Amino acid sequence: MTSTTTRIERHHYDVVVIGAGGAGLRAAIEARLAGKKTAIISKSLFGKAHTVMAEGGAAAAMGNVNSRDNWQVHFRDTMRGGKFLNNFRMAELHAKEAPQRIWELETYGALFDRTKDGKISQRNFGGHEYPRLAHVGDRTGLELIRTLQQKIVSLQQEDKQEFGSYDARIRVFSETTITELLLDGDRVAGAFGYYRESGEFILFEAPAVVLATGGVGRSYKVTSNSWEYTGDGHALALRAGATLINMEFLQFHPTGMVWPPSVKGILVTESVRGDGGILKNSEGKRFMFDYVPDVFRKQYAETEEEADRWYTDPDNNRRPPELLPRDEVARAINSEVKAGRGTPAGGVYLDIASRLPAEEIRRRLPSMHHQFKGLADVDITKEPMEVGPTCHYVMGGVEVDPDTGAAYGSVRGLFAAGEVSGGMHGSNRLGGNSLSDLLVFGKRAGGHAANYIDQLTARPRVEVTAVETAVETALAPLQRDTGENPYTLQQDLQAVMGDLVGIIRREAELADALVRLAELRERVAKVSAAGGRRYNPGWHLALDLRNMLVVSECTAKAALERRESRGGHTREDHPTMDPQWRRVNLVCSLEGDTVRLDRKPLPKMRAELIALFDRAELAKYLTDEELAEFDALAAAEAEDTDAAGKES
Amino acid sequence: MGTKRQFRIWRGDADGGELQDYAVEVNEGEVVLDVIHRLQATDAPDLACRWNCKAGKCGSCSMEINGMPKLGCMTRMSTFEENETVTVTPLRTFPVIRDLVTDVSFNYEKARETPAFAPPADLAPGDYRMQQVDVERSQEFRKCIECFLCQTVCHVIRDHDDNKPAFSGPRYFIRAAELDMHPLDDRTDRKEYAQSEQGLGFCNITKCCTEVCPEHIKITDNGIIPMKERVVDRRYDPLVWLGSKIFRRGQVPQTIVTSEHSPGAVRSSASGQGVHSHAGGSHDSAAEVQAQQGVNWHREVPRPTAPAVGANGKLPLTELTSDRAAAPSPFGDDVTFPLPPEHLNFAHPKQDEKH
Repeated sequence: MTSTTTRIERHHYDVVVIGAGGAGLRAAIEARLAGKKTAIISKSLFGKAHTVMAEGGAAAAMGNVNSRDNWQVHFRDTMRGGKFLNNFRMAELHAKEAPQRIWELETYGALFDRTKDGKISQRNFGGHEYPRLAHVGDRTGLELIRTLQQKIVSLQQEDKQEFGSYDARIRVFSETTITELLLDGDRVAGAFGYYRESGEFILFEAPAVVLATGGVGRSYKVTSNSWEYTGDGHALALRAGATLINMEFLQFHPTGMVWPPSVKGILVTESVRGDGGILKNSEGKRFMFDYVPDVFRKQYAETEEEADRWYTDPDNNRRPPELLPRDEVARAINSEVKAGRGTPAGGVYLDIASRLPAEEIRRRLPSMHHQFKGLADVDITKEPMEVGPTCHYVMGGVEVDPDTGAAYGSVRGLFAAGEVSGGMHGSNRLGGNSLSDLLVFGKRAGGHAANYIDQLTARPRVEVTAVETAVETALAPLQRDTGENPYTLQQDLQAVMGDLVGIIRREAELADALVRLAELRERVAKVSAAGGRRYNPGWHLALDLRNMLVVSECTAKAALERRESRGGHTREDHPTMDPQWRRVNLVCSLEGDTVRLDRKPLPKMRAELIALFDRAELAKYLTDEELAEFDALAAAEAEDTDAAGKES
Repeated sequence: MGTKRQFRIWRGDADGGELQDYAVEVNEGEVVLDVIHRLQATDAPDLACRWNCKAGKCGSCSMEINGMPKLGCMTRMSTFEENETVTVTPLRTFPVIRDLVTDVSFNYEKARETPAFAPPADLAPGDYRMQQVDVERSQEFRKCIECFLCQTVCHVIRDHDDNKPAFSGPRYFIRAAELDMHPLDDRTDRKEYAQSEQGLGFCNITKCCTEVCPEHIKITDNGIIPMKERVVDRRYDPLVWLGSKIFRRGQVPQTIVTSEHSPGAVRSSASGQGVHSHAGGSHDSAAEVQAQQGVNWHREVPRPTAPAVGANGKLPLTELTSDRAAAPSPFGDDVTFPLPPEHLNFAHPKQDEKH
C-alpha cells in the first residue's frame, strides 16, 4: 500500500560505504582508486563524523622519537592491552601497516606536529612502550577526518576533469541513514535508507557494502559518543546474517568530564596524562600506585620519583601508573569514588596545572583548555579537572576475515572496518590504536570490496518485496500514535545498560537486564513518533532504537556468559582472568528475532609471533596446555639454532 | 533545582515560519543545546537541530543566539540573565530546511572548487620533512571545525545571495591561506586563485569572521590580510579600486570579468602569473620586476588600518552592535577622503611603452 504512494530514489553503485568517519572515508578512497563507482553514506554532514573527537593521536611504530620502536613492539603492546584476546592476525597487520597509512596521509596534505629533525612527532600514551602516537596537538581526529575529506574532494576534482562531474565516481550522500541491507540470497544486493533533510527514501543497488558505522555508545547515558553511535552497522550486519564477536567488551574511558552534569561523559584526552597529568583523590593522594595489577608490575614505576623521572628519561625509568591501559585506570577511579574518596561531583582530580607551565599546557592541550574553559568555566592551567569513567568505545563488532575485512556468517559482499568490526582490539583497546585501525582496515575493506566485485559473475538483484517491507518498517513509527515517545524509551534503555551492564557487572543484574531488555523490545516495537518526515529527530531516533536494542541484547547476553574479568568486561562475581576463557570468543548471531550466542575458539597465534613474548609474561595469560606447546616450540627452535651453529 | 527560563525558537521551513515561545527548565551548568534537547524530549519532539559531539569539536550545532552566530553546545546558560529571553534562530545566510537546520551545501560546493593539496612529485610517503614552526602557520587554519559561523556572519553574502557565486567566504580563504603556507604544497598560485576565483577582493576586513570563530582562528589577521597584501588585483581590492575611481579610466590596467565558472568572478587581464603586483613589499625580486612592468609603484601602498576597537579590546560585531549603519570603513575610521595625493599610487599611462 505504502510502496505505491512512496517515491524512492534509486542509485546504482559498485561499492556503498556506510559511514563517513575515518574508516569509511579511507575505504571509499581505496574503492574509488580501484576504479569502482563508490557512494559514501554519512549520517551527519560530511566531515562531522565521530572521528573528529579523537584527540590523542594515531599509533604507528615509525620510530621517529625512539628508534627502538618497531612493529613487533607495537604488536606486543596491542596484544597485552587486549589481554591476548585480540585476533592476532589483525593486530599483526595493524602494527605492520600503520606507519605507511600515516605517511600516506601526508601526501593527502595532513600536517602533523614535527620532531626537531622534521619528521612526524610521536607522543606517549597509555599502554604503548615507546612514544608512538602521531598527533596534531590534541585534535588529531579532526586532522584525520579533514585530510581524508579533502582527499575525497581531490579525487572528485580529478573526476570532474575527466568526466565533467564531481560525482562521477565518488559521491557523498550527507545526512542520509541506512535502515536496511537488501540481499539476493546470501549476497548483498543493496541498501535502503532515507534522507534526513527531506525524509524521502533512497535505494542503493550495489553488490558490495562496507560497514563503517562506528560504535554503540548512545545506549549508555554517560558516554563520550555522539547521537550517531546507535550501533547501526552492528544491527544491519546481524540482520543480514553476519556475526558479531566480543560484544561484552566495552571500553569505559577513565577520564570523562563529570561536571557540569549536562556535559557528563565528554572526553578528556589521555594526552593529559601522557604529557604529565596525574590523578589524585579527594585526600590529595596520587592513588594509581595502589592499582598496578600483577601482569603490569614490571613495566610501571613504584614511586612518584621514578614515575616523574620517566617523562624526561624513559629509557632508565619505568612508566607512571597513570599510563596503564584504560580499563585499569577506569576501574581504579571507580574504586576510589566508591570508597568515598571522590570529588563532590563524583569523580577524581586530574591535575596538569601543577605539573606544567601554563603556556606549555595551552600549547600542548589547546582543545582541552578550550573545552574546560567553555563548558565548565575551569582554567586547567590553574585548577585540576574533575574526571570519571565514560562509555567510549566498543571492542566488539562484526566478525571479519582479518585480511579482507569480509564479514563472516552467511552473508557475502559485506565488509566492515573501524569500530564496527571486532577482534582487532581484543578485550581492551589501547589509546591511539583506533585511528590507525581506521586507516589500516579501512583501506583493506575498500580494496577487498573492489576485488570481490571483480570476481562476481552476475550482479545481485534487489527484490521488490524487500524494499516494500523496508518502507513499511521505516514509516511505522509515524503512522502509530498510540505508542511511547522514543526519547523516553532511549532513556529507559540507557538506564538499563548504565545500571546493569556498566563498568562493574554481576550475574543477577545481567539476568535482570535481559528481562528488562525483553520488555523494552515490546515497547520499542510499538514506538510512535510525532511530526512529519522532514528532518524529524524523533522519527529518526525511533528507527535507531531497534538497532540500539538488539546490540544491547548482544552485550548483555555475552556479558552474562563470560564468567571472568578481562579488559572491558569486569564481573564482580568472577574478578580474575581465566586462561580457559582467553581461548574463547563469544559469537552473536540472529535467529529470527532473538540473539543467539555461540562459543568459538580463538585462532592460534603463529609460532614466530608468540615467540616475541617472554615465557614469564605468557604464563599470566595462557593455559598450562598452551604453555607446554610454547615450551616445545622454544625447545625446537633452540635445537635448530644449535644445529645451524654447528653447521657453519 | 532547575529554574524555568524563557526561550523563543524559530520554527518553520522554506515556506516560512515564526518564533515560538517556550518555557523550559534549565539546570546548573547547562548550555543552549541542552535546552534544545530537553525541548525535543518534552514539548517539541520534532524540533529540528543539528548536533554531534556536544563538545565544540565538530561544528554541527551552529545557530544564531540572540542574533549572534554561535555554537549551541558552547553557549552556557549562565551567560544570560535569569529573566532574559533567549532567542534562537537558524543561520541567516543559508536557506532554511526546517527549524534550526539550514542547507549549508553552499560551503561544500565552495570546498569542492578549491584546488586540493598538490603533493610534491619527488617525495615518497615517509620522506616529508618539515619544521614545526613552518607547519604551525597552516595548522592554525586546520583547526577549523567547519561550523560555518564565519560564513554566516560575513556581510558579503549574509544578505546578498547574488554575491554567493563569486565569493567563497572566510572559511575557504583560510583554506587557500593554509595551502599557500603549507611548506610542501606544489602549487604556487594559491593567493592569485583566492583573488581571481574565490572573490578575496570582496572582503573589506571587517573581521566579523574572526570575532565569531569558536576556534579563535585569526582568520583576517593571519589568513586574509597576508594574502591580500601579496596579491593585489586591480579591481576589487578596495585601495586599488579607490585609485581607479580617483584617476580617470584607462590609467589603471583593466581587468576582465569572466563568467566561465563563477559569474562575476574577476580575472586579471593577463592570465598567468606576474601581473599581480606585490604591494607591501615582496621578497621575490623577479615578481617585483614583472610587477613594475605593469604598473609603476612609486611607493609602498599604505596598508589598510584596522578600525578602532571597542572597550573590550575587540572589534564590534558590526552588523549587530555597530553604531553606524554600514560596516566600518576598511581604511580605518580615522581616514578622511579624498586622500592626500602623496598617499596614492600613480601609474603613468605611457610607462609600458618604454619596455
